[in-house]
Amino acid sequence: MAANPIEQFEIKNLIPLGNIGGQEIAFTNSALFMVGAVALITLGFTAATAGRSLVPGRAQAAAEVLYEFVAGTLRQSAGEKGMKFFPFVFSLFMFVLTCNLLGMIPGFFTVTSHVIVTFSLAILVIGTVIVYGFVKHGAHFLRLFVPSGVPGWLLPFMVVIELISFLSRPISLSLRLFANMLAGHVALKVFAGFIVGLGGLAASGGMTGVFGVAGAALPLAMAVALTAFEFLVAFLQAYVFTILTCIYLHDALHPGH
Amino acid sequence: MAQPITAHAEVPGIEGEGANFPPFDVNTFGSQLLWLAITFAVLYLLMSRVIVPRLSGILEDRRSRIAGDLRIAAESKARAEEAGEAYEKALAEARGRAQALAQETRDKLAAETAEKRAALEAELARNLADAEARITAGKDKAMGNVEAIASDAATAIVERLTGQAPAGDAVSTAVGKAMAQ
Repeated sequence: MAANPIEQFEIKNLIPLGNIGGQEIAFTNSALFMVGAVALITLGFTAATAGRSLVPGRAQAAAEVLYEFVAGTLRQSAGEKGMKFFPFVFSLFMFVLTCNLLGMIPGFFTVTSHVIVTFSLAILVIGTVIVYGFVKHGAHFLRLFVPSGVPGWLLPFMVVIELISFLSRPISLSLRLFANMLAGHVALKVFAGFIVGLGGLAASGGMTGVFGVAGAALPLAMAVALTAFEFLVAFLQAYVFTILTCIYLHDALHPGH
Repeated sequence: MAQPITAHAEVPGIEGEGANFPPFDVNTFGSQLLWLAITFAVLYLLMSRVIVPRLSGILEDRRSRIAGDLRIAAESKARAEEAGEAYEKALAEARGRAQALAQETRDKLAAETAEKRAALEAELARNLADAEARITAGKDKAMGNVEAIASDAATAIVERLTGQAPAGDAVSTAVGKAMAQ
């Protein structure tokens, strides 16, 4: 095997900044790509919308498509009231999408392949739901865990189930994104490793060389197909993260079932 | 877990330690959380302050512009329809007036013609009457002359037959008697 498929997820300290409470704090490669993603998003949108033209150019049309796409998703899932969360949801979507897509460039670090990042984002979403739910509805927000139209003897079980399902949301939300990005990149790296390994065999010539060429072509085709698939996954997971956020926000807005 | 304590020693060692799975390496969580918080906060601020208001402004401008244009178009159409109706009405009125005028003219001309004809007929009748009167007068005059001629002729005949001239009165009386029969 040419390279360890896990190596790409390694956090490297670029600029050490000291440590707080025993935790090493540094400007890492992960931080570099977070900053890069934010810079890319903000500069991209600012440049695309600088013209504020009535008839949009290519860049502005793309920015508008992204805006309308997320706005439509939010409006559909959380209703017109949910639009107050639009900047938050749009930031989430653009951040996750950009980090996912940046990770697709060979040699680039994938921020969203670290569970702490996706879990933090998920906690941010659930925290927003809980805080907004209690601020807006007070104790009425707890109605979220009491489904209506359930016979009395079944209610305690239902409340427990609802509570568990609510608490598992940040976990499923973060693990889905993290696992997809991690697994995709590992699979790509493994197949790429096969190409190199079997390609080396091809260079040795003779019968083994013929076998090596055929053997290297197969994982190459696989890697090409996987790359296309990973682009789809990168977009799809950003979308899934966003739409689930919208659905959870709907609960914060309308806690009654 | 003694990992947090050995954090400093671990960091350079991670590269060599292949078994350590980077996403679960607690030592890196601090930096990642810090930078995620900073970058996402900056992104959220820029999104909510600059990018989203600008984008929604652009879309709102376009929506209101299109709605305004559609409204103006509808107004123009209504105005055009109104003008068309007014034109039709004016046309119908003009046609009615023209017909009335033609009828009036026709009536007037007919009346004038009738009047002229009546006048002409009256004149002709008068001329006819005059002529008849003249003829009657002529006839009467001629008849008066006939009496005198008859008297003369009767006197001449009587004179030739009897050789003596009768009395003028007797002759004219006799002629008058004969003519009255």
